[in-house]
Amino acid sequence: MLTKRIIPCLDIRNGRVVKGMNFEGIKDVSDPVELAKYYNQEGADELVFYDITASLEGRKLFTSILEKVASEIFIPLTVGGGINTLQDFDRVLKSGADKVSVNSGAIKNKYLIKEAAEKYGSQCVVLSIDAKRIDNKFKVVTLGGRNVTDLDMVAWAKEASNLGAGEIVLNSIDMDGVKKGFDLEMLQALCQEVNVPVIASGGAGNMEDFKILFDSVPKVDAGLAASIFHYKQINIADLKKYLLQNNIIMRCI
Amino acid sequence: MVAIIDYGVGNLFSLNASLKKIGVEVTITNDIEEIAKASHIILPGVGAFKDAAQLLKQHKMDQAIIDNVGKKPILGICLGMQLLFDTSFEHGEHTGLGLIPGEVVSIKDHLINKELKVPHMGWNKLIKTNPSPILKYTTDEDYVYFVHSYYARTPKQYITAVVDYDIEITASVQNGLIFGTQFHPEKSGECGLRILKAFVEC
Repeated sequence: MLTKRIIPCLDIRNGRVVKGMNFEGIKDVSDPVELAKYYNQEGADELVFYDITASLEGRKLFTSILEKVASEIFIPLTVGGGINTLQDFDRVLKSGADKVSVNSGAIKNKYLIKEAAEKYGSQCVVLSIDAKRIDNKFKVVTLGGRNVTDLDMVAWAKEASNLGAGEIVLNSIDMDGVKKGFDLEMLQALCQEVNVPVIASGGAGNMEDFKILFDSVPKVDAGLAASIFHYKQINIADLKKYLLQNNIIMRCI
Repeated sequence: MVAIIDYGVGNLFSLNASLKKIGVEVTITNDIEEIAKASHIILPGVGAFKDAAQLLKQHKMDQAIIDNVGKKPILGICLGMQLLFDTSFEHGEHTGLGLIPGEVVSIKDHLINKELKVPHMGWNKLIKTNPSPILKYTTDEDYVYFVHSYYARTPKQYITAVVDYDIEITASVQNGLIFGTQFHPEKSGECGLRILKAFVEC
């Protein structure tokens, strides 16, 4: 059967990893290529790169880093951040990305999903959703939660998957950074309604949180996290071994 | 020199980079003479079967492949593998290259557990069923990366590995010097590089 996937996420600003910390065996932890290599050796199933640069020079730097990573590491690479047009898709795909994640760009123009899926295939289009509870409803938010949209999270996910999104990353803003575990309730609400792969994001604090995630919401395909891997609170190889011992199918290398 | 056939289908960045990584010289081409000179041919492919088959014809690459059958190893990857078969039933009925007997059918139609997601996307464990030179460096613990909604059905003698996804999905095939992988070796980590290395050693 397919394994559950463990995905570290790297935020890149001006060509450097944000929140880089000290790792044994890595000379420069804020070098995206070095960190990507390290995660690959640990057994990461996929890597996500978010470009949080605002400037044009930063964008160019990001693309050249992507090329370097894609020339060294041969696992799926997803790229997000600043994807608003088909040209943005084109730019990162030519530089070695396999999947492109859209968030606010698709909220502004939902047909971006359809056009990209028609041009590059659904497998290439990932919808990333930031959501939080507002009056007991899961609402889509932007700007890290500061702006609440009119969109209902589940309805948006369904619409996007009908338009051609091949995968959904659900980031719970309520749980993000809290480290008390993934947002099982929110994930369950999504998984009941869509049949595309779902990646859970936000809230992982320890290894058990991943076990609880995969046991409680079996339709979740992958767990994504950033800081707990960067700060080495969890080592990916250890995490995968632990999950495998707990009867969760994992690719261990 | 390994020739990657360029017929306007899919992203060749990783395939090119992965071959360079294992020290192989690569040309990305749709030039018949260059393909004739190459030691190995790789037919990549992503997207819909019908469009890819048409593009292959438009670029006269169908004939270029057929001309080299038996002369040098040929590897089809993902949709490139599916194109090696007689027929595909992806949105209609379409003719393939006919280099390996069999047909390409929908995963969804054949799943017993309808809860399983299609596309079959992610890492799955290779189960070898027949010896094949391209799998000579793989072990029973190797996982490879898949993204596809259709799969090949062919007599057992041509299947060299399968994966389990409720049904048995054909993962790799061989007919003489013609090889195919449904998975993406260029996205299957270190294991994928070993498979590409084994192919260029054929």
